[in-house]
Amino acid sequence: MLTLSRVRKHFAGTRPRVVLDEVSLDLAPGEFVAVIGESGVGKSTLLNLIAGLDHPDAGSIVFDGVDLASLDDDRLTLLRREKIGFVFQAFHVLPYLDLAANVGLPLQLLGEDAGAISARVRGILEAVGLGDRLASLPRELSGGELQRVAIARALVHRPKLLLADEPTGNLDPETAADVLALLHRSVAESGAGCLLVTHSMQAANGADRILRLTPGGIVAG
Amino acid sequence: MRLIPFLVLVAAPLRQFPGRTAIAVIAIALGVALGLAVQLVNSAAADEFGQAARRLSGAADLVVRGPQAGFDESLFAQIAKMPEVDVASPVVEVEAPIVGGEETLRIAGIDVFRAARLQPALIAEGTDPLDLLRPDTVFVGRSTLSRLGLEAGGRVRLRNGLEDVELRVAGVLAADSPAEYAALMDIAAVQSLFDRSGVITRIDVKLAPGVSRARFVAALSLPAGVTVQTEADRNESLSRMTRAYRVNLNVLALVALFTGALLVSSTQALSIARRRSQLALQRVIGFTRRQIGLQVVGEGMLLGVAGAVLGVVAGVLLARVVVSLVGADLGAGFFAGVRPEVRVDAMAVVLFAGMGMAAAVLGSLGPAWEAASEAPALALKSGDDARAFRPLRSPWPSVSVLIAGAGASTLPPVDGLPLFGYVSIAMLLLGTILLLPHLVPRLLARIPVPRSVTAALGLSRLRAYPVQAAVSLSAIVAAVSLMVAMAIMVTSFRTSLDQWLQGILPADLYVRAGDGGDTAYLSGDKQSAIAALDGVERVEFLRWQKVFVDRSAAQITLLARDEVDRDAEARLPIVGDVDRRASALPSVWVSESAAAIHGWRPGDTLALPLRGESREFLIRGLWRDYARQSGAVLIDRRHYIAATGDRLANDAGLWLTEPSRLADVRTALDALATGGLTMMTAGDVRELSLTIFDRTFVVTYALEGVAILIGLMGLSSAIGAEVLARRREFGMLRHLGVTRREIGVVLGAEGAGVAAVGLAVGAVLGFAMSLILIHVVNRQSFHWGMDLHVPWLGLAAFFAVMLIAATITAVASGRKAMGGDVVQSVREDW
Repeated sequence: MLTLSRVRKHFAGTRPRVVLDEVSLDLAPGEFVAVIGESGVGKSTLLNLIAGLDHPDAGSIVFDGVDLASLDDDRLTLLRREKIGFVFQAFHVLPYLDLAANVGLPLQLLGEDAGAISARVRGILEAVGLGDRLASLPRELSGGELQRVAIARALVHRPKLLLADEPTGNLDPETAADVLALLHRSVAESGAGCLLVTHSMQAANGADRILRLTPGGIVAG
Repeated sequence: MRLIPFLVLVAAPLRQFPGRTAIAVIAIALGVALGLAVQLVNSAAADEFGQAARRLSGAADLVVRGPQAGFDESLFAQIAKMPEVDVASPVVEVEAPIVGGEETLRIAGIDVFRAARLQPALIAEGTDPLDLLRPDTVFVGRSTLSRLGLEAGGRVRLRNGLEDVELRVAGVLAADSPAEYAALMDIAAVQSLFDRSGVITRIDVKLAPGVSRARFVAALSLPAGVTVQTEADRNESLSRMTRAYRVNLNVLALVALFTGALLVSSTQALSIARRRSQLALQRVIGFTRRQIGLQVVGEGMLLGVAGAVLGVVAGVLLARVVVSLVGADLGAGFFAGVRPEVRVDAMAVVLFAGMGMAAAVLGSLGPAWEAASEAPALALKSGDDARAFRPLRSPWPSVSVLIAGAGASTLPPVDGLPLFGYVSIAMLLLGTILLLPHLVPRLLARIPVPRSVTAALGLSRLRAYPVQAAVSLSAIVAAVSLMVAMAIMVTSFRTSLDQWLQGILPADLYVRAGDGGDTAYLSGDKQSAIAALDGVERVEFLRWQKVFVDRSAAQITLLARDEVDRDAEARLPIVGDVDRRASALPSVWVSESAAAIHGWRPGDTLALPLRGESREFLIRGLWRDYARQSGAVLIDRRHYIAATGDRLANDAGLWLTEPSRLADVRTALDALATGGLTMMTAGDVRELSLTIFDRTFVVTYALEGVAILIGLMGLSSAIGAEVLARRREFGMLRHLGVTRREIGVVLGAEGAGVAAVGLAVGAVLGFAMSLILIHVVNRQSFHWGMDLHVPWLGLAAFFAVMLIAATITAVASGRKAMGGDVVQSVREDW
């Protein structure tokens, strides 16, 4: 489903540096892969490249049979809209929308009808344990609850790929464990492939595969 | 804290966002520049008049003045012999049209020996003083010489009656000679050449040592219509004539400054919201609340200083450009012919620079209070910045300000100025802006949810943070309300003027002897010849002159027209009731302005000075007159001739037997007066009047445009600041699959939503302000009324343009939200 071949990325500036060098990986549908690495090694850059938010200097990224290099910015955006879900470290839930509107946003962007959106949102919020909080505003929720909302939003439109960037970085260990369990369960139920990047070995445990990103490339963890 | 570290701390946030800082500085600078420029131009023009009058009078203590037509010169002999008088100098003043041009030449005829005792340096050195005694020579002021394209030694032809008078330009007036009187001649020559035999218009008097003005006035016996003034009285009278216009322009400039203060306030409020955690951190490490507050006020002060410096420079330059392009009267026609030099007035500079700095500091006080009163623990918690925008808890303080503002509009003028009208407008504006946090949520709730998901997202955000939206749109509300108010007032005035012109000009052709000035006239013979022309069915003649009816007020215009007693009620635009009682007194119809200035009402008896004698008339009614701000009275010409014996006329209205005879009649009139007549149809007069009207309001339109520009700049600044604060939000949306264009739609929807609310509030407020401008400010300033006319189409177009401009401004200001780096911002810690 996702194939990275010899991807290279460097950042220019006063101190130019190579962030990703000859990185290759494959991700099968339904597979849960964790990529671990130290801070600054390029984990988030890897996710940006896969999501089409940035372009590699060399190498290719093929997602769902499409070479990302062949798509312009609008096509890449539509690809993300339809086929990719994101979970961030800082949740990034819109503070001015209630939970139902936040979770339903990807479906709204896809032009689903209101009835279908309502049913789907209710179902997925119930699945993450927030079925009774549809009308709540984000400021009324704890960090763990906000990350559950983010997971629901990332999977509500049934994406083929879930990209999770340090999803437990802002949570206490107990809440982090709960959220990870929910993430594994939700991904398994949705059938999506999942690439989770983290610097925490604890968070990576439970993945089908663990890869380690180093300045020299990517290796089996 | 020491000054230097404090300044570094204060300047740092301003340097961080140079674009937004520049907008706030420019807004303040524009307000300062406009106010200073208006002040400099007006004071320069007024100074020029004042100095000119002082120079002619020289050491004179008092001036005895009469009507424009003058008074018997025997009064001079009486006054000169009085023991209270040291020197008396007679003057006869005329304003003669120049043949072949549209200009006039103001000439003062003087007794050179007597005048020299009051003002020794009248003519330039190197000229023959005896030329001031010759009957055909004139000395001309240097600036007038160049304005009229004349040269020393050359000749100038002037109009008297319908005849030409040719004079030799003998020399140039001394550099400090009276510029008001563009030319000087011997008094006897003026009397002889311009049919003023035995008549003078003023006597300059220097009192004997130890004689008081009161003693001199008590000893005087003056004919009706002749009065005594000091130069201070005269300057005061001139100043009063133009004061309302000047004050109006200054108030408009102040509104621009006020809008600038609002912009500083919204910029600072948004900046504080963005820096909540940074300021909270400062509190944690030991800054006191007072220091935090001072830091924010200091930022405002820096903006104010920069704006004031820039504004002063721009204001001086603007004043010079305006004087050279539009003239010293700013297009209003008060100071025609005067080209004063703009001098930098230190007091005005200090005043307007101070006001600019004060506006910036006042605009910062609210945000400073917010920043200082913030609880550090709460502010350090990341996320929701909506808490930074707390509305007033109750709407009642704002409503009270609005009610007080409405009440102020009912109060009378102060010293002839509509001060409470302006206070009322300011309070309505302030009350509305304070009420915005309460109004905005209700108005946003009425905007239908767009079908576009991204546009709906923009609207959702606005609805979630109405107080933030209120801060963003305060400058827009101020600018739009001003624009709407001025548009309604100007349209009401223009339409009323147009309707008035259509009603007051019923004749087919209007004829005037000469073009301006007071020396050209139609003699009895010429009047008969005009009436007898082939193609002319009927003629009405008009004689006018300026007279004093009240020693403390400016001269009013006495109009004497044929057939007034027969058709006044049908022909005049009557305002209010008419007194139709039978009376032995002849009738007089007074203009609205004259009635307001002198307190006249229908049924009152009015004493008019006619040829030195006081004649009583019965005021029958009031009529609307937009042509003469100092007031006018209209009587039947029969009564005027009976009282004065003056059968001359200045103007004539001609009704033709056939409209097609117009060209023939024009040709015949030209032949009759050898080109000395100015002829215009009613349509020509209307077109010319409306052109002059539009020119008068050019400066007003420019000031409105600046206010709108500042309002849009405020919106741009607010949205630019918000986009920076919401980078992670836009980054997240890009991750979710929102395209760059759709981000633009979100911003556009927010801009349009803010603008829609701002336009709605601004329109209602502007309408209320227009009623105050029409019924309070104009009536109290200029003493004339007008009917309400709303320019619906124009306003609709304006709203559409503003909506589009606001949307484009929002999208353009938020272009950073569409850039690539917002994607990275989702990784930044809160």
